[in-house]
Amino acid sequence: MRKLFGRIGERAAEGLFALCGSMTSIMILLIVVFLFREGLGLFRSPEIENGYALCIHASNPVERLSPQSVKSVFDGEITDWQELGGKNGEIMPFRFDEIFSLYSEEELGADYSLLSVKLGEVIERNRGIIAFLPEQYLPSNNMSVRILPVENIAPSDFFGGTEWMPTVTPAPQFGVIPLVLGTLLVSIFAILIALPPGLGVAIYMSELADERVRKLLKPAIELLAGIPSVVYGFFGLAVIVPLIRKILHLPVGETALAGSLILAVMALPTIITIAEDAMRNTPKAMREASLALGATHWQTIYRVIIPYAASGISAAVVLGIGRAIGETMAVLMVTGNAAVIPHSLFESVRTIPATIAAELGEAPSGGTHYRSLFLLGCILFVITLTVSVSAEIISKKRHDSGQ
Amino acid sequence: MKNVFVVLMLLLNMLPYVKAQKIKGSDTMLPLSQKEAESYMKVNPSATVTVTGGGSGVGISALLEGTTDIAQSSRKIKFDEKRKLQAGGKTVKEVVAAYDALAVIVNPDNKIAGLTREQLEGIFTGKIKNWKEVGGDDLQIIPYSRETSSGTYEFFKESVLKNKNYKNGIMSMPATGAIIQSVSQTAGAISYVGLAYLNGNVKAVGISYDGGKTFVEPSVKTTKDGTYPVVRPLLYYYVAASENKVKSFIDYVLSEEGQKNVSDIGFITLK
Repeated sequence: MRKLFGRIGERAAEGLFALCGSMTSIMILLIVVFLFREGLGLFRSPEIENGYALCIHASNPVERLSPQSVKSVFDGEITDWQELGGKNGEIMPFRFDEIFSLYSEEELGADYSLLSVKLGEVIERNRGIIAFLPEQYLPSNNMSVRILPVENIAPSDFFGGTEWMPTVTPAPQFGVIPLVLGTLLVSIFAILIALPPGLGVAIYMSELADERVRKLLKPAIELLAGIPSVVYGFFGLAVIVPLIRKILHLPVGETALAGSLILAVMALPTIITIAEDAMRNTPKAMREASLALGATHWQTIYRVIIPYAASGISAAVVLGIGRAIGETMAVLMVTGNAAVIPHSLFESVRTIPATIAAELGEAPSGGTHYRSLFLLGCILFVITLTVSVSAEIISKKRHDSGQ
Repeated sequence: MKNVFVVLMLLLNMLPYVKAQKIKGSDTMLPLSQKEAESYMKVNPSATVTVTGGGSGVGISALLEGTTDIAQSSRKIKFDEKRKLQAGGKTVKEVVAAYDALAVIVNPDNKIAGLTREQLEGIFTGKIKNWKEVGGDDLQIIPYSRETSSGTYEFFKESVLKNKNYKNGIMSMPATGAIIQSVSQTAGAISYVGLAYLNGNVKAVGISYDGGKTFVEPSVKTTKDGTYPVVRPLLYYYVAASENKVKSFIDYVLSEEGQKNVSDIGFITLK
C-alpha cells in the first residue's frame, strides 16, 4: 500500500516537473512572440501623429514631406518652401490650437460645426501655410486645400535614424542609432573596467587567500550583488558624477564613463563568483601534477588553472555583459540620458533600457510611441541573445580543442 | 502579525461594498490629493478616497473609460480629450484646486540674475550655447530637462518654448530630485522645477516675459499677484453626471482647511 502511494507520488512529482518545464518554455516563447508582434506593429503606424493630417494650399507644388523635414518646419529651422522643392515663399506652420486664438468659440458654431469651414478659410488665405489638423475637422470640401499623403514609418527611418524624439508633434522621430550605440558603449566599457579586478579577486579568492579571509570576503561580495540598483544609481549621481566632473574638468559629470563605472561595480559580484567557482573546480590531480613537475604556484595558476577554467571565465564575462546591457535604473540616473550619438566616454548617453523605463509610463497603450518602445525591447533581446549564443560557441570550442 | 492578517481579511471582505471615490492622474498632484484625501477621510470617517498617479493623460483617459471619478491633471484638458468625452455623452467639469509655479534654476555659483523668455527658448532649443551670450561667464550652458512622460516637461515646452521642441539630445533626468542634484553640482547647468522643490542648493533666476523690462523672481507672493509668468493651474476634472458623488470632496479641497493643505504641500492657494 505504502509502496503504491510512493509510486503515485513519484509519478505526480514527475508530471508536475515536466509541466513546470514546458510551462516555462511556453511562457518565454509567448513573451518573445508578444514582444515582436507589438514591436513590429510600429511599421504599420503612420509617420505623423495618429488621427491627424497635414494640409497645404492647393497651389503649393510640394508632393511629399519626410518626417524630418516636417519636424524642421514646425521647429522653425526650415522657413522657405524652396528648401523643400516648392516655390519661393515663406512657410507658415499652423497648429490646430491656433484656430482658437483666431476665432471665438461662438464663431465656430454649436458643437464646433463650423470649425472645418473656418480652418478651410485660414488655409485659403495663406498660400505658404502648412496646417496640422485632426482628421475629424479636415476642410476636405474646400478646393484650395490639399491634404498631404501620409506613409507608414519606414524601417530605414527607425534603424537608420539618428534622432530619438518620440513625443514631438506633428512628426515624432524614432531614430534608434544613438540608443543602440549608447547601450553598447556603456556596457562594453563596463566589462573592460570590471574584468581585471574581477579576475584578480577571483584568483585571489580561489588560490591565494586562506580560508578565514575567504569566509569573510565571499559574503561581502555577495552582499554587493544584493544592493538595489536604484541605490547604486543614487550613489553614482551624488558621488561618482561630481568626482568625474572635477577630476577630468568636464562641463558635465553625467557621462557614459559614470554609467560604465557603476555598471562595472554592479557586474563585479557576477564575474567574481562564477570565475572563482570555475577555478576551484580545477581537479586537484591537475594542480598537484603541475606542482610535482616543478612549476611554481604562479606558473600553476596561469598555465594550468586559468586555461582549465577558461570556459567558466568566459561565461562569467558574458553574464556580466548581460547584467550590464539590461541594467536600467542605475544607468538612468547617472548617464544624463541625452539621445545623441556618443563620440567619446565623456559625453552623456541614453541607453535602451533607460529609454523604455523612462517613457513607457506615459506612452498611450497601442500607440506609435508604445510600439517603438517594444521594438527597442526586441533589439535588446536580439543583442543579449547574440551575446550568449556566441559565448556558448566560444566556450564549446575551447573545450573541444583544449582538453 | 496575526492582527495584520485579520485586518487584511476584513478589508478584502469589505472591498466590494465600499463605494470609494477614485482619483487618478498627474504625478505632480499626487502628494496634494493624497493629503487632501487623508484629511477629508478624517473629517468624514465613512468616506473612502483612493488616489493613484500615472500621469495627467492617464487620469483623463480613465475618466473617459469610467474607471475613475475624478481626474487630476497638471495641464488643461486637450481638445481631443474633450471631444472624446463629449462623444461618449459626458460633459466634463473643471475645478482649479491650486496653482503651481515653475522656477528656472541654475547653479548657485552662476552670476546670472534674470533671463527673458526668448533667451530661455534659445537655451533649451540649443541655439544659445554659452552663458556669455546672455551676460554671464564664459561657460558652456548645460540644460537639463525632465523625461518626456512628465507633465512639467510638456508645460514648460508650451509656456516657455512656445511649442518649439527641446534641442536634440538634451540631458533628461528621471525625477525632480535628480534635477536638483545635477544642477547643484554642475557649474553651467540650467533646468526647471516646481516652486515647492526650490532649496538652497540651487538658485532660481528672475524671468521676463516682456523682452527684458522687468524680471520677476518666483515666489508665493509673485505667483499670487500674477506678476510671475510661468504658472499653471492644478486641476480636477469630473463628469457632470457624477457631481453628487464627488461634490463634497471637491468642496473640501476648496475650503479653508483644504487650501491649508495646498500651502503645506508647497503649492499656491487659490486666494
